[in-house]
Amino acid sequence: MAEILLKNAYVIDPISGINGELMDIAISGSRIVEEASQKAEVIDCQGYLTLPGGIDSHTHTSGTKVNFGRYMSPEDMRAGRTARRGPMHITSGYSVPTTYGNSYRYSALGYTTLIEGAMAPLEARHTHEEFKFTPLQDSFANTLFDGNWGMLRALEEGDITRAAAIIAWTLTAVKGFAIKLTNPGGTEAWGFGKNISCINEKIPTFDLTPADIIKGAIRANEMLHLPHSVHLHCNNLGTPGNYTCTIGTFDLVPDINDKRQSLYATHVQFHSYGGSGWGDFCSKSEPVARKVDFSPQIVIDMGQVMFGRTTTMTADGPMEFNLYRLHHDKWSNHDVELETGSGIIPVNYRKKNLVNSIMWAIGLELALLVKNPWQCLLTTDNPNGAPFVKYPEIIALLMSKQYRDAEFATIHPDTEKRVPLPALDRELNWHEIAVMTRAGQARALGIIDLGKGYLMPGAEADIAIYPIKTDEIDPSAEYEKVIAGFSRTEYTIKRGRVVSRRGDAIIDGENTTYWVKPKVPAVYDMQHDPAFIELFERYYTVRMSNYPVQEEYLHRNYCIETETDL
Amino acid sequence: MEIRDVPCPFCGCLCDDISVRLDDNRILGVENCCTLGNAKFLSKGRLQHPIMRKNGKWVEVSYEEAIDETARILSDAVRPLLYGWSGTVGEAQVVGVHLGEEIGALIDSTTSVCHNPSILAIQEVGHPGCTLGQVKNRADLVIYWGCNPIEAHPRHMSRYTTYADGYFIDNTVTDRKVIVVDIRRSEGAKVADEFIQIKPGGDYLVLSALRAMVRGRDDVVPDSVAGVKKEQLQRVASLMQKAKFGAVFFGLGITMSRGKYKNVRNAIELVSELNRKTKFTISAMRGHFNVYGFNEVLTWMAGYPFAVDFSRGIAFYNPGETTVIDLLERKEPDACLVIASDPGAHFPKSTIEHMAAIPTVQIDPCVNATTALCQVQIPVAITGIEAAGTAYRMDGVPIRMKKIIETNFPTDQEILERIVTRIREMKRDG
Ligand SMILES: [Zn+2]
Repeated sequence: MAEILLKNAYVIDPISGINGELMDIAISGSRIVEEASQKAEVIDCQGYLTLPGGIDSHTHTSGTKVNFGRYMSPEDMRAGRTARRGPMHITSGYSVPTTYGNSYRYSALGYTTLIEGAMAPLEARHTHEEFKFTPLQDSFANTLFDGNWGMLRALEEGDITRAAAIIAWTLTAVKGFAIKLTNPGGTEAWGFGKNISCINEKIPTFDLTPADIIKGAIRANEMLHLPHSVHLHCNNLGTPGNYTCTIGTFDLVPDINDKRQSLYATHVQFHSYGGSGWGDFCSKSEPVARKVDFSPQIVIDMGQVMFGRTTTMTADGPMEFNLYRLHHDKWSNHDVELETGSGIIPVNYRKKNLVNSIMWAIGLELALLVKNPWQCLLTTDNPNGAPFVKYPEIIALLMSKQYRDAEFATIHPDTEKRVPLPALDRELNWHEIAVMTRAGQARALGIIDLGKGYLMPGAEADIAIYPIKTDEIDPSAEYEKVIAGFSRTEYTIKRGRVVSRRGDAIIDGENTTYWVKPKVPAVYDMQHDPAFIELFERYYTVRMSNYPVQEEYLHRNYCIETETDL
Repeated sequence: MEIRDVPCPFCGCLCDDISVRLDDNRILGVENCCTLGNAKFLSKGRLQHPIMRKNGKWVEVSYEEAIDETARILSDAVRPLLYGWSGTVGEAQVVGVHLGEEIGALIDSTTSVCHNPSILAIQEVGHPGCTLGQVKNRADLVIYWGCNPIEAHPRHMSRYTTYADGYFIDNTVTDRKVIVVDIRRSEGAKVADEFIQIKPGGDYLVLSALRAMVRGRDDVVPDSVAGVKKEQLQRVASLMQKAKFGAVFFGLGITMSRGKYKNVRNAIELVSELNRKTKFTISAMRGHFNVYGFNEVLTWMAGYPFAVDFSRGIAFYNPGETTVIDLLERKEPDACLVIASDPGAHFPKSTIEHMAAIPTVQIDPCVNATTALCQVQIPVAITGIEAAGTAYRMDGVPIRMKKIIETNFPTDQEILERIVTRIREMKRDG
């Protein structure tokens, strides 16, 4: 087996309790080991910052809606073209890069694991096809259940066990990783052009509220002992005053898992808005962050907005339509039968726009206000808030009050009256950044046991070495150096191989797709359940036998089998 | 033996409920299928060996020799064209895109000569769509515009719209209204609640009139628009706005008539407008069973759905310049690989003449019109019957095509991979 010895690595590994120690890391095959033999290839890390490979716990890189974002946007494709070079294929796209573009660029930033934020089960094959062409990262798919008729009917009947059984069947069939709820109830209502305003409103077509769906899914999730918690995109995204809905949602969440949170709420920036309209739109990051501080059962990610062009894409079809009515640019929508919706529009977040300026501030505020970095992870909801290539700038903003002030001086002047950001002095340190970009993700996703997110013997050898000497940089003042350092690793190591060197991918790579398979007793096996089969065969346009994602799509993969309480 | 739930490798409906009866590796009968699909499942007659023209005569050659010759032709070319793709699976298309990238080819598909204008319109204004099951379960108004489902997509109405069981539709025949818009009274017009006959070339005007009415501006619409009476348009505009869920399906009647992509754009904007009042979606009636799959594959790999030129070392897309017909009209290609399509039967004469004048290779199971233009033809397994792989339905739903018959013929993917390997060897050996 190939061996590598990393010498003089300056390691921050929060999961293992290491906060800045100069050490050697031995790799044999795909794993970190106690020691390497004489034959090991030696890489001198020169005291550079060495972290576990980056993990993006919520990004949109693969599947139907992402690809439609590319399809409809030749202007975005032209904005990010690179030529074939070495083993690197051509790439296109800035905010929605081609699959190779995503993979190379994430790898240059030191990312080795990506969680696709929203996979519609019916179109799962497509997501898995794109995973294959995202070769330098491991892939996980959050699977959409917000409008799943089988699950909704079971919840309507108050039968959580049956809901769990349907979730189990579906996750196994589509090779998904976790339960994703996007605007629960709202995407179903959107099937007839309606939406849901908040968690206690009845869905027009089922005798349920979003609160019923969220609570039911959380219970079902724990019955199935899934590694991750329910992954929620709250109702009412993007509307002024929605923070009350967000806090109301957090109030629903019991604390029922002792290894991790019971709810992961994604892109909370988009859900922390005050005001009664756009006229008095303002930040409500403070009450939301306070709520998170008091709720150890909740983990959020930022959903940071950065200025410039990007493409918004989500399963939240009605929200995208509302955005379209604000922006009047092109709009795509794609409802998925019996399951969910989706929408796409291009946007340009402008500094001169007051609302955009406030949004930018809110994301940063959440990260600075939430006390425990394990509870607030760094994301842009790529590409919704900004393309992931902006991560280094976000890190620098969180580490430097001076940088924030400099940026603040360039945004809409009225922002100051609407946000608390200028008053926040906190500057995150290297350790906190490491938590917010990999360790926190590994814990929240429940994948530490799979060897993710740390650098001790037994871990997967997924490692990012940044050309940063923490004792030679003052991040408060030298934020440009922070940005440069996080933009391009010296080495990105994936599964024990150097895959990226100073920004260039150097091998073809082959990722692993992780998926779950809850062990369900025969009575709850939906494969043989007459009512489930009938719903399927009457109302889906694809035969039940053709629905599951076949083995052929998995390539290298790892099945996480779970014991269940069914 | 019977194999059930076989997806049909004919049109973009990709019906996946076909039953095929087999005996001794031969298809005896097919159930649930339309006549078009039936004919494909039961077709006989195919090319048995690779063939090559030598001294003006076709001769049978080995696969090795045919692949060798193809690799030589593509290696020698300065401006190779890789065309077709819609009748094969994604796994083969992927190899084609990599091949195109490697030799700096221009790659384009049959999209270029059918729904190319639809894609241009979508790239300007987006696409409010949905999967077909959403229509099946919810639509109380279905509009077929410039397409003829009964002849081109025979099971579209029974599986997805007019006659399909729908969750929110009590009686699918009486509770769904159907509007057909066409320049002539087609078969579909007979089952329509409302048939709008437009003078040829008048789609844009009629769409504009409907948009005005949906915006409450009936006053700007004249008494007759492209041969359609204002009263009928008012009736239709009212039906549209009263529908709980309206679904528009359109075909080449609007993409290839006067106005082209502007027609589609207008139709999309009408649908976007209607969404302010109720729920509406619009979808293209795609032809080949996997024409949409190629658009998907090329998009995730190169960024654009069709017409990508790799000659500059990046993916360059400029329809009108990098589209197959335009390229051939300019007589640019000096070699051509055709796969899973039959341009010889459809392309304009001048472009066919150019294909015949340059070395053209075809990968296809059967002798067809394109064979006459070729220097080499390599027969392959029939995708969806003898070879498995991924196809994308007209609404973007991916379905795995099945292999139900054993064969000794290599698949498209295998042939393409062997060509790539051979080209690399030639390059290495100088
Ligand atoms: Zn998202």
